[in-house]
Amino acid sequence: MFNLVKAASAVALVALTLSGCAANEGGNAETPAGSLTGTLNGAGASSAGTAQESWIAEFQTANAGVTVNYDPSGSGAGRESFFAGAVEFAGTDSALSDEELAMSSPVCVADAGYFEVPIYVSPIAVIYNLDGVDSLNLAPATIAGIFKGDITNWNDSAIAADNPDVALPDLAITAVHRSDDSGTTKNFTDYLSKNAGDIWDGEVGDAFPYATGEGASGTSGVVDAVTNGTGTIGYADASKAGDLGTANIKVGDTWVGHTPEGAAAVVALSPRVEGRSATDMAVSIDRTLSDPTAYPLVLVSYLIGCNDYADDAVGALVNAYATYLTSVEGQATAAANAGSAPVSGAVQEEAAAITAAIK
Amino acid sequence: MTTIHGRATSLTKGIVLTLFISGMTISFFISAVTRGDGEIVPLGIFALGMVVFGLLVVPASWLVEGRRKAINRTMTGLVFSAFGFALIPLVSLVWTVVTLGLARFDGQFFGSSMRNIVGAGGGALHAVIGTLEITLIAAVISIPIGLLTSVYLVEYGRGRFSNWVTTMVDVMTGIPSIVAGLFAFAMFSLFFGPGVRMGVAGAVALSVLMIPVVVRSSEEMLRLVPNELREASLALGVPKWLTIVRVVIPTAIGGLVTGIMIAIARVIGETAPLLIVAGFTQSMNYNPFSERMMTLPVFVYNSYSSQGTDAQAYIDRAWAGALTLIVIVMALNLGARIVSRVFRPAGNH
Amino acid sequence: MTSAPPTMPRLRRGDRIFRGVSVAAGVVILSVLVLVAVFLVFKALPALDPSVHIESTPNGFLAFVGPLVFGTLFSATLALVFATPLSIGIGLFISHYAPRRIASALGYVIDLLAAIPSVVYGLWGIQVFAPFIQPVYQWMSDNWGFLPIFEGPVSGTGRTILTVGVVLAIMILPIMSALAREVFLQTPRLHEEAALALGATRWEMIHMAVLPFARSGLLSAAMLGLGRALGETMAVAMVLSPAAAVSFKLLTSENPSTIASTIALDFPEASGLDVNALIAAGLVLFAITMVVNSFARAIVTRQRVKMGEN
Repeated sequence: MFNLVKAASAVALVALTLSGCAANEGGNAETPAGSLTGTLNGAGASSAGTAQESWIAEFQTANAGVTVNYDPSGSGAGRESFFAGAVEFAGTDSALSDEELAMSSPVCVADAGYFEVPIYVSPIAVIYNLDGVDSLNLAPATIAGIFKGDITNWNDSAIAADNPDVALPDLAITAVHRSDDSGTTKNFTDYLSKNAGDIWDGEVGDAFPYATGEGASGTSGVVDAVTNGTGTIGYADASKAGDLGTANIKVGDTWVGHTPEGAAAVVALSPRVEGRSATDMAVSIDRTLSDPTAYPLVLVSYLIGCNDYADDAVGALVNAYATYLTSVEGQATAAANAGSAPVSGAVQEEAAAITAAIK
Repeated sequence: MTTIHGRATSLTKGIVLTLFISGMTISFFISAVTRGDGEIVPLGIFALGMVVFGLLVVPASWLVEGRRKAINRTMTGLVFSAFGFALIPLVSLVWTVVTLGLARFDGQFFGSSMRNIVGAGGGALHAVIGTLEITLIAAVISIPIGLLTSVYLVEYGRGRFSNWVTTMVDVMTGIPSIVAGLFAFAMFSLFFGPGVRMGVAGAVALSVLMIPVVVRSSEEMLRLVPNELREASLALGVPKWLTIVRVVIPTAIGGLVTGIMIAIARVIGETAPLLIVAGFTQSMNYNPFSERMMTLPVFVYNSYSSQGTDAQAYIDRAWAGALTLIVIVMALNLGARIVSRVFRPAGNH
Repeated sequence: MTSAPPTMPRLRRGDRIFRGVSVAAGVVILSVLVLVAVFLVFKALPALDPSVHIESTPNGFLAFVGPLVFGTLFSATLALVFATPLSIGIGLFISHYAPRRIASALGYVIDLLAAIPSVVYGLWGIQVFAPFIQPVYQWMSDNWGFLPIFEGPVSGTGRTILTVGVVLAIMILPIMSALAREVFLQTPRLHEEAALALGATRWEMIHMAVLPFARSGLLSAAMLGLGRALGETMAVAMVLSPAAAVSFKLLTSENPSTIASTIALDFPEASGLDVNALIAAGLVLFAITMVVNSFARAIVTRQRVKMGEN
């Protein structure tokens, strides 16, 4: 027995020595980059997960002593973890509610307030997997009917009315929704409820309101389910749509496909949430725009954290990370790697000013 | 079978073979006619052929050999097809893991972590290290406790307390792995706060799963040691504890090591408890006493469940991780087999 | 050992210490189990308070855990229904049909398969099996849809409770087959030879000598498989399309979820009282598996008693 333990520890030791540095780890000795050290944990929206990955990669390259973990567990989870003190920052697809603003987080100095800045703006695509159908138009009422479970076959007259030139198969529809709490669901249901309120009578929230359809966990769960199924339809961050077909939605009287520019236009045209502090940039998205340059099925992902951290070292880390995220370079990184619409112009400048003040 | 009294004859091998070939041919034609799209599915044709073969051979056997032989042939067919049927998914599983896993089973996979990696590239070194460390700690906790408990049960255990221990080991065997994870979380969160994630908590959870396995196998091995050896040693005036340490355990050492290796193989692939208490990270973490620690099974799950824009890269890494896990488990099992073979002549010490 | 014979008092001390240490190990095991129970109950209690509102269990804990208990039992039962006949077949094949050389190799392969981690089965289930089986489900629903359990609409992804049942069956198959083989091999050789000598065919011999002898062993193997299937987490979490539904329909998108997979999926994102609710659910799972396992143990004990009488 003792020999076994010895042998096992020897093996482990050898492994540890061998792996003293993973090829991609350990700072570059020639360029002593960044004086920051420590670990920063964040959690939240999985839609911004790819963007966070690319940000983390760049940020850690510039600051070799820092490890940033981002757990893409969902917006609701991110906010809950933040207020429970399990993570130092959160990413969320839906702005903080007034109740949450009144809560306190153990990582913050009491009553210093929270910052909330848009870091990731991206269209939500209605993705589908239907053999032989390359282009699909769906009016809000049709999308609502499909996801509510009223429209169950692809040859339904409502879909046919939206697509007079497409040969629709006689095939059952499997509508895939998020089974976990998600900001994507909130933006999606908000869009449907504002544009097809007579059909979509369910509650607007992080949880999918109806018990029909297929549930899948996380953005990639939905994409995977739609990809591997037949006659499937779902909604997901457009950057994750891959090779799947994406439906054009009806804006005013035109059919509009998703583009980063269309998403950015919506944010520029929408008003802010009223009654928020100077460090809270929550946007009240206008879903019923009729401007055909806009794609109102969009999600805005915010970075939230404390204005003043209880631990100053953590404050310095969050300051550095958030400043990078809201910078022009940071936004360009996300646009290149995650296909998001870069936050720019006055909005970007305001966000950068807020993050620079984090202590 | 052979002819009895010259009355009943038996189906010769030639007839059976002919029926088999006709079954396959019929199946081939059925498929060709019904599908019509020219696509040939060899496995499907083979399966259908086996069914047709069965439908041919059983009545033939009934007519020639009688009812009892026909039933015997039917049951033989059923047993063989149960085996073949069960083999299909298992072969498919191993085949998929090996073929898809090899895509990223390379030097980079074992030479780097996922830190600063977006999209393709990167590796699972951080997960391999995490798995090794956590499993090692779990082994360091479980082996002494498990081994000593089995020594107690075999050498000292009498009466009510030993019955209790036996029962409790049985109960522990049945603890679902996720419950073990919840236990470790509940315990560590009492001391370290609600968001606790650390490698050693994962090791504690694994120990809860590993201890009963070690106790069970060691107990069995110690009981195999002939009582004559103990009695001879005691008769020479050697104290009991020395008898155990110097005679009983060395005699059973092969079996003990085998059992321990199999116990390690059991827990090294556990995902659920580590997902809960060890968390996940993209970076290397050598310190099991602070912060999140990646492990191989969680790496596989996480690569699958949070794919990035370049989804294929993530899936490839998941399969490579799965292949690594299987290779580790196989190596442990093979090692156990070799150890038990080497130590087989148990009386020679 | 030293060359000089040790004195008696030192002997006794050594014995006492060693005995003490090994008893202590037993005490550790007892206390670990007590700790597991105490910690879980302690952490679960806040979620059981009906006056507290918990976001994830808006209608009370029982309404939350009820469908999960149903899903857990239903999926495990499905797995058992598929795995039992197959594992008996495999066990018989290895013990009584296959040539000895092949049989021992097969036994080894099955042991290996039993050690494959569940996350690998999950990955295979969702990436390979579910897309493969979906057209079969469509066909089943089209042709047998008059039976309520096969009623549509069929899930377009194959991520249904039936898929979960099959994947679980594949997972418990190796361990159940290994046990079945073990039980079959224990049949007294004399009984088998007596049956053959009376002119029985191989099946008649198995039917008369092997199966009656193995009945309780098979039952306890099935219980063990059931226990495994009940607690299985990752495969279900990765494969199933969950809904908080109580439904016997096998092929639709709305499937009852299981306790273990719900914990695994929700735990990383849970905070506050949600954590307590999940731990309470874990406690329920613990109780269920304990009942199943003690049932299995009772069968084994009864068998031992019966064999003692022979």
